[in-house]
Amino acid sequence: MFAFTIRRLIQMVVVLWAVSVIVFLMMTFTGDPVFMVVPIDATQGEIDQARRILGLDRPMIVQYGIFLSGLLQGDFGLSYVFRQPAFDLILERLPATMEMVVVAMVIATVLAIPLGVYAGANPGKPLSRLIMSGSLLGVSLPGFWVGMMLIWVLAVEFRIFPSSGRGDIGTVLGVETSLATASGWHHIILPAFTLSVGTLAILLRMTRAGMMEVTRQDYMKFARAKGVSRRGVLYGHGLRNALIPVVTIFGLQLGDLIAFATITETIFAWPGMGKLLIDSIYRADRPVIVVYLMLVALIFVVINFMIDVLYTFIDPRITVK
Amino acid sequence: MTTEMQPLLRVRELRTWFHTFSGIVKAVNGVSFDLAAGEVMGLVGESGGGKSVVGYSLLGLIDPPGKIESGSILFDGEELANAPERRLREIRGREIAMIFQDPMTSLNPVHTVGRQMDEMLRLHTELDKKARRQRCVEMLESVGIARAEERLESYPHQFSGGMRQRVVIAIALLAKPRLIIADEPTTALDVTIQAQILRLMRREIRQQGASLILVTHDLAVVAEMVDKITVLYCGRVVETGPVRQVLEAPAHPYTRGLIDSIPDPAHRLPRLRQIPGTVPDIRALPKGCAFRARCSGAAAICSEVEPSLVARAEGQSAACHFPLVSGETA
Repeated sequence: MFAFTIRRLIQMVVVLWAVSVIVFLMMTFTGDPVFMVVPIDATQGEIDQARRILGLDRPMIVQYGIFLSGLLQGDFGLSYVFRQPAFDLILERLPATMEMVVVAMVIATVLAIPLGVYAGANPGKPLSRLIMSGSLLGVSLPGFWVGMMLIWVLAVEFRIFPSSGRGDIGTVLGVETSLATASGWHHIILPAFTLSVGTLAILLRMTRAGMMEVTRQDYMKFARAKGVSRRGVLYGHGLRNALIPVVTIFGLQLGDLIAFATITETIFAWPGMGKLLIDSIYRADRPVIVVYLMLVALIFVVINFMIDVLYTFIDPRITVK
Repeated sequence: MTTEMQPLLRVRELRTWFHTFSGIVKAVNGVSFDLAAGEVMGLVGESGGGKSVVGYSLLGLIDPPGKIESGSILFDGEELANAPERRLREIRGREIAMIFQDPMTSLNPVHTVGRQMDEMLRLHTELDKKARRQRCVEMLESVGIARAEERLESYPHQFSGGMRQRVVIAIALLAKPRLIIADEPTTALDVTIQAQILRLMRREIRQQGASLILVTHDLAVVAEMVDKITVLYCGRVVETGPVRQVLEAPAHPYTRGLIDSIPDPAHRLPRLRQIPGTVPDIRALPKGCAFRARCSGAAAICSEVEPSLVARAEGQSAACHFPLVSGETA
């Protein structure tokens, strides 16, 4: 286990380094950043001077070295737009995105597991068919459309939920989150549900497929022959055996939602990282984009590591090497 | 034998059918037998003869499209054929336990052996945690698993096939059930350990005074293990009786055929005898005797009238219009 952790940490560093190279090259080859800084009517002299001040006249490898040493010290540079450290900007927005993603994942999991278990254990029953049809909608409907429909029906027509923005923010254990206030919860339900729909549908379908496979196994019948209740057989004996693919998808989806909550955040004017990313792309605010990409890469690597460890807890036949 | 005593299990005209798209599979079609307390019965027949379905029916473990259509299963005077699921759950494990065919698949791979044993006791006894653990250790030891205390923490994949079947037997016996149904318990095992496991099973079951229904297609096993034998063919009982009598003087040509197809090293036949033909399609059984197409003694009446079970000798009955007399071959 220890060797595994070390090896994965080394892997993590390699992946992040590769991402840093890609990000650096992307920055360098997509237009000349100097024009982001100088006024539109700058003279050639002013441009050259800016180039010198920014270090853009030095060889590429040196520029990369400066960039990398900045990264290692947590210095990602100043946002061109906000004139603040880009890292702080992202960090400021991170809790908003994380809380929405966490709520979305909880909604997805809490609904997907029981519905998937039911549909897998009772294939062919009317309710199972209804669940499966619903999940097909969930997989195929685009998130932005679901969000817009929810706003139209629940926010505009019935006025049950607010249509946009984040609610009041409270502090729990030193973290500022809207989950600490009633208004925060009121605001988060619609965007979180919108974000969860696709994941809910996929997790449900994976759970069902796993359960259909598992219910045929002898140990399920043996458990029943021991006198275990139907519920006990499904959840106590079946579910854990069906869980490996579900957990894999869960991990991928979690990373996906954190990285690409952009659309939902835009629709609901949610002040998260995704919204900031979109704004930064419009304004070509490269330092912010760099921080974002590095952070997302880090999150993906960490989640995958945790999922790998989780496998060994779910199935004792799996060992990490 | 114990004719005056109320039998532990009395099955009458049991019918378990499967309603499939291609027709009704009458897997068990009018099966009756009695089993006394402590008695060991062999339930014998070819694959697809409905042997396992009888076992599952007794526990109410028939899943759709299967269904117990009619008949009666009296266990210690209590009707199980249409008992509510709640009651059946109490009976499963505590009164009637089952040992499955394949030990590689009948234990849950993600739970420790200890947890799977403990579950049985948690469901069916009032013992506290410590007492349950104690009982599990004793049980594992008595089925011949060394270092039982440690082995409770092991997962099934850390055991060999034979060891796993020992664990399965231990689980089945934990709650001291009065009836055990063993569905081909050694078929999936190495030949070298089959006898070992069978003897262990018989010893442990005798010790607890439980009855046993041994579902098998292996007459050699039957000869060694059981008191009485019930032969199934196409979902019906074709012959039943005390094991010695049936094996020495079978009255039904199908039983005769089964006996003849056992390899007999003493006689060194150039080739094993086999029953000609195959089991007919159970969804569309012909009129009359289901065995007649494979029977050399079949006559006109066999394709018209289905023979019923008729008493032949002491405790022995057969369902045949032309039962064999002693020593005759089919």
